[in-house]
Amino acid sequence: MSTGVASRLQGTGQHLVARVAALRGSDARSVLKRVALPMIGLLVMLMLWEQGAKQVQTSLGALPGPVAVWEQAGNLWDEHRAERAKAAAFYQRQDERNAERLAKNPEAEVRIRSYTGKPTFVDQIKTSLVTVMSGFLLASLIAIPAGLAIGLSPTLYAMFNPVIQLFKPVSPLAWLPIVTLVVSAVYVSDDPMISKSYLVSMLCVMLCSIWPTLVNTAVGASTVSTDLVSVSRVLRLHALSHVWRVVLPSAIPMIFAGLRTSLGVAWMVLIASEMLAQNPGLGKFVWDEFQNGSSASLGRIMVAVLTIGLIGFLLDRCMLWLQRNVSWDKNAILR
Amino acid sequence: MKTHLELSDVCMDFPTPKGTFNALHHINLKVAQGEFLSLIGHSGCGKSTVLNIVAGLLKATQGGIIVNGHEVNSPGPDRGMVFQNHSLLPWLTVYGNVALAVRQVFGGKKTRAEQREWIEHNLELVNMAHAMDKRPHEISGGMKQRVGIARALSMQPQILLMDEPFGALDALTRAQLQDSLMEIQARLGTTVLMVTHDVDEAVLLSDRVVMLNVGPGATIGKVLDVDLPRPRERLALAESADYHHCRAEILHFLYAGHSASAAEPAAGAGETRLHLLPKKVANG
Ligand SMILES: Nc1ncnc2c1ncn2[C@@H]1O[C@H](COP(=O)(O)OP(=O)(O)OP(=O)(O)O)[C@@H](O)[C@H]1O
Ligand SMILES: [Mg+2]
Repeated sequence: MSTGVASRLQGTGQHLVARVAALRGSDARSVLKRVALPMIGLLVMLMLWEQGAKQVQTSLGALPGPVAVWEQAGNLWDEHRAERAKAAAFYQRQDERNAERLAKNPEAEVRIRSYTGKPTFVDQIKTSLVTVMSGFLLASLIAIPAGLAIGLSPTLYAMFNPVIQLFKPVSPLAWLPIVTLVVSAVYVSDDPMISKSYLVSMLCVMLCSIWPTLVNTAVGASTVSTDLVSVSRVLRLHALSHVWRVVLPSAIPMIFAGLRTSLGVAWMVLIASEMLAQNPGLGKFVWDEFQNGSSASLGRIMVAVLTIGLIGFLLDRCMLWLQRNVSWDKNAILR
Repeated sequence: MKTHLELSDVCMDFPTPKGTFNALHHINLKVAQGEFLSLIGHSGCGKSTVLNIVAGLLKATQGGIIVNGHEVNSPGPDRGMVFQNHSLLPWLTVYGNVALAVRQVFGGKKTRAEQREWIEHNLELVNMAHAMDKRPHEISGGMKQRVGIARALSMQPQILLMDEPFGALDALTRAQLQDSLMEIQARLGTTVLMVTHDVDEAVLLSDRVVMLNVGPGATIGKVLDVDLPRPRERLALAESADYHHCRAEILHFLYAGHSASAAEPAAGAGETRLHLLPKKVANG
């Protein structure tokens, strides 16, 4: 086992060395393309931002430049650290108190309370990620089987195609009031395990991100090559095995393309619905800062905007990685 | 010999936007057990349609298929099919492609170890055991075609159906595969129905060559018995007068049919593909 790991590590090492050598060797131009040009682009954008931001006056002062935003990012991180320290102190005190009480009287009832501090920026990011992933997973769990069924059955296709076309372009903002009302009416509980606002945002994300996967899966399932269908018929694969062994694998490249679009949509929808549903998360953070209106608010909002962009990008990369490792179609253009 | 497969009064109409298109018109044919039969004819005359009807992939508008005295209507592994463009599942390895067929056909009858052995045996038959773990996109066209043949053979079909199995291959690969096919068929005694464009291939491999008239409404134009002794050796045949006689008969039929109907150009039917034979023979 350990030798296996070692040899693999060594393998990676050699791989890296080879790559560096290749970079250093022939194609200085590709280094320029891959590293230098993006850097230049970034610098140009930062400069334009710094210069442009000064010109725009708002009620909260001039728009923050990159330096101000960077400072705010530092502040947010410090706040997070401070809050964590407070929480740790709180738990320590609680533990000590409980230990003391138990030492005096082993029968004593100890209470463990959780720390209820203000959610920090990092907490908001975590909440957002949990919400988007749950909405997206739920959407995929519905969209892939439904897409396969619709793609395979011309009857189902004829029945549901108009419905899909109708709902696909609906914006999250239109769903939100309906979802809010429905959740309020249906989800009544005195001690809710899951908060209503979370449920509302999650369902909104689901409703908007279901369509790309659904449509792509249906197209993928309905365009299985007739030759492969013939193979399956000659082998007399029964219906389930035909779907599992022939239809699903042939549709995989299309399904992944759909999933990637869906995840992008999910992330965009999430921010909007968090703002409106007041579900904790990045969207609510932006909204709160907007309402707050302090001199630092604009900078903090900019930090959130950049974070949203970065996370969206990373989510897309994750999907791409998954696609590379799961999909058999290595020739598909992955970018 | 006992009739193994019978096409009884088969007609095929395709519905098209411009009305029905009559592709096949009253085809009657009996194939004996262990016989190697080739179907030859101009492009679009309905050869693939005949094969698909025998496979059960298409339903004849009239008439039907009788195997061992029983009518068959649906596809099944007893009629193994080798497709024109290999039709391997691209997400499975070479082994996986054959395994899919073997699991399906011998699932309850063979143990796992026996199945594995049987898969490897079939891949060895077509000389593909060395590439078992490769994916279809990693192997050449000829290799894919071999795997397609191995997959069809692994179902242990009573009848092997082949739709231009070597059409897309270069002359050398084709000659090699033809030799392996002759050898395998001699060993297993399978009944084979093969569609081809290639006159030399038809004569070399077949016991009988069935020539289809140009469609629409194609019928059987002529049936030629190829009484050449087996095992056949392509270089020896080049010297054989019988061989040239058979070849000439088919060429005459195809050219006569072609000029009489003035249909679309004969795709490859007249063109000589005997690159492995001496020049004077190839042009003879
Ligand atoms: N599904 C279909 N719908 C309508 N017409 C069809 C259909 N399938 C085949 N045909 C027609 O039937 C005729 C015979 O087709 P087939 O594919 O059997 O020809 P073929 O002899 O195999 O030709 P080739 O040698 O080029 O493969 C053709 O004219 C074709 O246009
Ligand atoms: Mg054909």
